[in-house]
Amino acid sequence: MLSRVAFTTYWMSRFMERAENVARFINVNHHLALDLPLDEETQWGPLVTVTGDWEEFRRRYGYASQENVIQFLTFDPDYPNSIYSCIRQARENARTVREAISSELWEVLNQLYLDLQETAAQERAIASPHDFFEEVRRECSLFTGLAVNTMTRNEAWHFIRLGQLLERADKTSRMLDVKYFLLLPEPNYVGTPYDSIQWSAVLKSTSALEMYRLSYQRISPTDVVQFLVLNPEFPRAIRYCVAHAETCLHKISGSQPGSYCNPAEQALGRLRAQLDFADTREMFEHGLHEYLDDLQLKLNRAGDSVYDTFFALPAVEPLVPSHSSQFQYQ
Amino acid sequence: MELATYETEGFFDELFTASGQPRSIAQPLIERINQMPPGEMRRRQTAADRVLYQMGITFTVYNEERTTERVLPFDIIPRMIEARDWVRIESGLRQRIEALNLFIQDVYNDQKILKDGVIPTELVLSSAAYRPQCVGFTPPKGIWCHITGTDLVRDGDGVLYVLEDNMRCPSGVSYVLENRQILKRTFPGAFSTMKIQPVDDYPDRLFETLVSLAPTHVDAPSVAVLTPGIFNSAYFEHSYLAKQMGVELVEGHDLIVKDDWVFMRTTRGLERVDVIYRRIDDDFLDPKSFRPDSLLGVPGIMDAYKKGRVALANAPGTGIADDKAIYAYVHKIIKYYLDQDAILPNVPTYLCSDPKDREYVLANLDKLVVKAVNESGGYGMLVGPHATQEERAVFAEKIKGAPRNFIAQPTLSLSRAPTLVNGHIEGRHVDLRPYILYSNPIYVMPGGLTRVALRKGSLVVNSSQGGGSKDTWVLQD
Repeated sequence: MLSRVAFTTYWMSRFMERAENVARFINVNHHLALDLPLDEETQWGPLVTVTGDWEEFRRRYGYASQENVIQFLTFDPDYPNSIYSCIRQARENARTVREAISSELWEVLNQLYLDLQETAAQERAIASPHDFFEEVRRECSLFTGLAVNTMTRNEAWHFIRLGQLLERADKTSRMLDVKYFLLLPEPNYVGTPYDSIQWSAVLKSTSALEMYRLSYQRISPTDVVQFLVLNPEFPRAIRYCVAHAETCLHKISGSQPGSYCNPAEQALGRLRAQLDFADTREMFEHGLHEYLDDLQLKLNRAGDSVYDTFFALPAVEPLVPSHSSQFQYQ
Repeated sequence: MELATYETEGFFDELFTASGQPRSIAQPLIERINQMPPGEMRRRQTAADRVLYQMGITFTVYNEERTTERVLPFDIIPRMIEARDWVRIESGLRQRIEALNLFIQDVYNDQKILKDGVIPTELVLSSAAYRPQCVGFTPPKGIWCHITGTDLVRDGDGVLYVLEDNMRCPSGVSYVLENRQILKRTFPGAFSTMKIQPVDDYPDRLFETLVSLAPTHVDAPSVAVLTPGIFNSAYFEHSYLAKQMGVELVEGHDLIVKDDWVFMRTTRGLERVDVIYRRIDDDFLDPKSFRPDSLLGVPGIMDAYKKGRVALANAPGTGIADDKAIYAYVHKIIKYYLDQDAILPNVPTYLCSDPKDREYVLANLDKLVVKAVNESGGYGMLVGPHATQEERAVFAEKIKGAPRNFIAQPTLSLSRAPTLVNGHIEGRHVDLRPYILYSNPIYVMPGGLTRVALRKGSLVVNSSQGGGSKDTWVLQD
């Protein structure tokens, strides 16, 4: 498979996963806001904080109202991680590699992009956030489901899967981190109904609440962390994502599990091993926030080594459209 | 529906006779349309447009302010051609392509046609499309023009003329294939009763044509489509054809030439490429052989090509045969190589490089269409009767400054076909571009792209200038 095409499918998939997570995240927070007696900014601010783009938001929007946060995270064309920007980039990537993916995938992505461009979309997101974000999430899931059902398990598939899993691991760690930011202002909420509501919200943000309950019934911080970080079978748990991402790498390179033949496999293999032998007590001792920070750093490094291993090409001048068109059309 | 009151307004109409009666081939469809409840055609048109957007069948338009993605406007009323007519068109196109291919081979090798004085040597060698780099070269099987899209127009007298031969990178075939898919959804009933010749096998035939060019020692040839990239207005087509054939779509920087072999950069290292359907003009193909400032091409690919290690379609240098000044000689070319009379007529053409012709052209600019010999897509063109006095004066100066670069033709009264415009059906001017593959035997796609000038009265059908397209139905006997 062409390196450029592999790179493009990988990012297409990362952007889709990112968009889906943002949609779910906003929707859960919208529901949480209805339950918690927090002021608007305390409730909506952390959504921006966990993205790491708080300063940009502050500078451009000022106050973290529900409307501002939704506008920023959903529609802002100048914020590269807004849902709209993610979908636009995913679609642009898909457009470049339409020959490598199924038409079904392209069409659902194209439709989502066209829908988001409608002005009615912005009105709906404010007026009925639940319906709107649920729909976006469903379209993203449709994309994932169609990929599962229409793609041969070839390299393109493994790169799509790899992009999705690395992105998802990172997002799950960030959802867990929201709790850290939410807790800080009111430490005496710990152990109150609000605490349990917040932990439930974290689970909902990762579509994990029901599956969690099947394993643990009661909400406890240790169990939530155990489930979302270390569960080997829940598809949004970090350990699951890392292990399956590593499998994708082995499928791509043909090397044996338990070994490595390139820096990407080495980086992910190490991270998988760390998670295989981790326990939650250590994490809390270490500080959950710090532990998650470290995980995110390692995931980023793994992503970089994927780039270096498969996609790094000798420098090429970027292609830019020229007004004095270089082509003739017949 | 209002087709009952449709007016041909004195133009030759593809679906109606001069007296306003449906032609027999169009009768079944027109009856269907006439029986539809009001608004039904509009509803089907809207549904078709929505499908185009959903499928993202778009082309990109660049201008100074911004870049926009557009769908090529598509009209759901098909253009129809009788089987009998088609047989003649098909054999005429085969004849033309065969002769033009022999011409290219001759120009770059023995130059017999020039030595025999059939075409002025100066006219050929001065063409911007002439490539000295190809002198002495014979491509695989002696085939230069693997893929051609020839433009045909019907004049007021009902005669079909060849307007131009597009032999470099003719585009539009993807629209033919997609238009057909959409019309099958729009008029399923018509398809089951009307015996319309299929076009869907084009990608298979294109693939076979390309594979047959591979160097003979290669067992399982690797084929790729080479595109200038996502910014090219025909990118959709490049990607579409690659997808339909199941081959890689590559950009210049995906390829690398090593020891005169061409490779793709893949996730598993370098993989050899044997055949390239290149959708990049000669000029930009190889900065080492052609324009050194090209960023789109592949340095060294011409060396690999000349050593027979990679095949290129169409062959570099092919453009010499669709220079619009050479066009004027196509009938002589057919006679010279095949000893046959041309089956399809040419539009009378005045060469501005010829002093007598030039004088006539300058004196009759208000009646003529003037075209730059090496441009296409409706650019560099003057439609005399529709131009202002000033525009004509500007063109007159251009012609005097570089006479070799211009030809002129009488303004044809292009035929029309009924077209849905804002919910009404009105006549609009059309042309036709069938696609021809130089395989064995030469394949002519039954039908092709019917382009339609959507602006009332306009004769310019190019998509860059407000044109749209229609499906083309060639009926079986």
